[in-house]
Amino acid sequence: MADPFEKRLLFVTGKGGVGKSTLSLAIGMAAAERGKRVIVCEVASQEHASRVFRRAEVGFHEVEMRDGLWTISIDPDHSLREYLTIQAPVRAMGEMLSRSRVFTYLTAATPGLKELVTIGKIWELAQLDRKVRRGRKYDLVIVDAPATGHGIGLLQTPRTFATIARVGPIRSQAEALDAYITDHGLTGAVIVALPEEMPVNESELLETELTEELGVAVDRVYMNGIYPERFSDGDADRLEAVAGSVDGGARAAVRAALSEHRRARAHRHQIERLRSLVAADVATLPFIFEPELGVEGIELLAAEVAR
Amino acid sequence: MTGVAELLRGKDVCICAGSGGVGKTTTSAAIAAGMAARGHRVAVLTIDPAKRLADSLGLPELGNVERRVDPSLFEAEGIETEGGELWAMMLDAKATFDDLIAKHAPDAETRDRILDNRIYRQISNALAGSQEYMAMEKLFELHQESRYDLLVLDTPPSRNALDFLDAPRRLTQFIEGRSLQVFMRPTGLGMKLFGRGTSMMFSVLRRLTGVDLLEDISEFFQAFSGMVGGFQERAKRVNELLADRRTSFVVVCGPQGEPIEEAVYFHRQLVEASLPFGGVIVNKVHFDSEFAVQEGEDPAAELAEAVGDRDLAERAVATLDDYRALAARDRRNIERLTAEMRARRVIQVPYLDEDVHDLAGLMEINRYLFATEPEREALAASR
Repeated sequence: MADPFEKRLLFVTGKGGVGKSTLSLAIGMAAAERGKRVIVCEVASQEHASRVFRRAEVGFHEVEMRDGLWTISIDPDHSLREYLTIQAPVRAMGEMLSRSRVFTYLTAATPGLKELVTIGKIWELAQLDRKVRRGRKYDLVIVDAPATGHGIGLLQTPRTFATIARVGPIRSQAEALDAYITDHGLTGAVIVALPEEMPVNESELLETELTEELGVAVDRVYMNGIYPERFSDGDADRLEAVAGSVDGGARAAVRAALSEHRRARAHRHQIERLRSLVAADVATLPFIFEPELGVEGIELLAAEVAR
Repeated sequence: MTGVAELLRGKDVCICAGSGGVGKTTTSAAIAAGMAARGHRVAVLTIDPAKRLADSLGLPELGNVERRVDPSLFEAEGIETEGGELWAMMLDAKATFDDLIAKHAPDAETRDRILDNRIYRQISNALAGSQEYMAMEKLFELHQESRYDLLVLDTPPSRNALDFLDAPRRLTQFIEGRSLQVFMRPTGLGMKLFGRGTSMMFSVLRRLTGVDLLEDISEFFQAFSGMVGGFQERAKRVNELLADRRTSFVVVCGPQGEPIEEAVYFHRQLVEASLPFGGVIVNKVHFDSEFAVQEGEDPAAELAEAVGDRDLAERAVATLDDYRALAARDRRNIERLTAEMRARRVIQVPYLDEDVHDLAGLMEINRYLFATEPEREALAASR
């Protein structure tokens, strides 16, 4: 099975609310620990990374959050402006073009253009020969992709444009993008799931779409938020037997223990389902019992991710 | 009437909104089932229900028509619906879009020209906002037919509430295609609008995009041009329905920091847009009352004595501590949410240990959704 850490470009995909942003950072941290230069790209202006690191919003800038780990928030307007500046035959002209109001209209009105310029920027970040002047070279570009439906749209866009535009630079560039994201040596995807019915079902669909329809390699599926197994079935039976005879805090402890036992069992069942439904390697990640996941929580996950 | 029944009194549309992964689909289904159980004729429009839930309610795959949930399922749960009916429909955004084109096209030739256009085929599936818009379009259509007392719409998940609220405007703006028309005819108005350097800009754009892409887009908008009026009128009426006082927006969220932030944000957006906000439903809550420990208690010692195993008791108390930390987090977040709402329109549903996959599960949720706040606390404490 391919190692997601060895790719140059990695899409972190999955249903909404499964922890894609957190996992993108965890993978980023783990890869940076291994000495790689990593950038995590957000594409829906969540500013998740800057909040986790308690920093000012990063916007369309490559900002180093810790040793070897950068982050950027990619938006279509800036991406298009930058693209035009790079593409224009004369730089001054590109700059003038990109300042024009015309482009706000253009991105608003052309179907798929936002996605195309976004993925174009992601591709640009992954190049060793950066198009941006004095661009930093990254070993790994991680994309915190939008939730399933829109995430697929993002990956599909280059192919769509390559089909719609029969000739011209857009076509050749869209083809180059598509070739890059479907090159299994360069680009991979990981799917994040939760141990519940819907996210597991969706992971199966997502894997099929990514591999069969888009030709993108799925390197791993991460099952997130797995409860610990602190109690055997025997333990649970013994606790259940005394549930009626204790009260107050002791009763609450029994309830918590039995709840955790039931959830852990349900999680095991969903892990088995996931393993039977997807072809990629499934790795599990523990539920972190912390009120809000800060840097320390993500470090814990990074250690798990790296295993 | 209490809980959701109170929120929805006198309403004929309930829109469940919120970010992904917070249990919106299940909540929508539970609200619809609960209102049907209280004697209303209800239809729930949903995007992508869990397969087991859909199967157990007897709903086939996509169909874009509403189906009645077999009344015997309610009987099996011992529920007397008193004339109430539950209908459900899985939305098919593409089919709704096609229907809309057929409805507005002046003739069959125009209709086919659009349906066959490569750009249309692309956008009807992929255009950001089209799924959101089509959900509202279908809602509007069913509302016009007035066959139901209540329509419950499960909206597509979105990270940004604006995406959803903005969909009608964005779509009509897109369909008007004004901005692109300017690109097609880079003279006159276009020159005036954008000023110096415009023609050079167009020549660069043409070189970049390739001429035929612009032509495809141009053809698409020409085919559409006769229909713009119809679309605009329709979108206006959809917006009127959203803003009607008989509509209620219910925000669904989870108890963690981020979903709560999003719910707060969503609420503000609804208020700013003068849309009728009903309340917030917080799913997967760990109630304080479920895991309370009184001052001076030593649960580990007490439990060790009862179960005769110190180690087991300590593990149970360690688990309790973890759950209490989650309960404390949930309480803090919900307090913040409640303060923001300035009213007690926050309904909490506990974290159930098993997935909801049938009518019985929906009814279990409804014990909380349709209860008063003290009833909910008592229910949670006695779990």
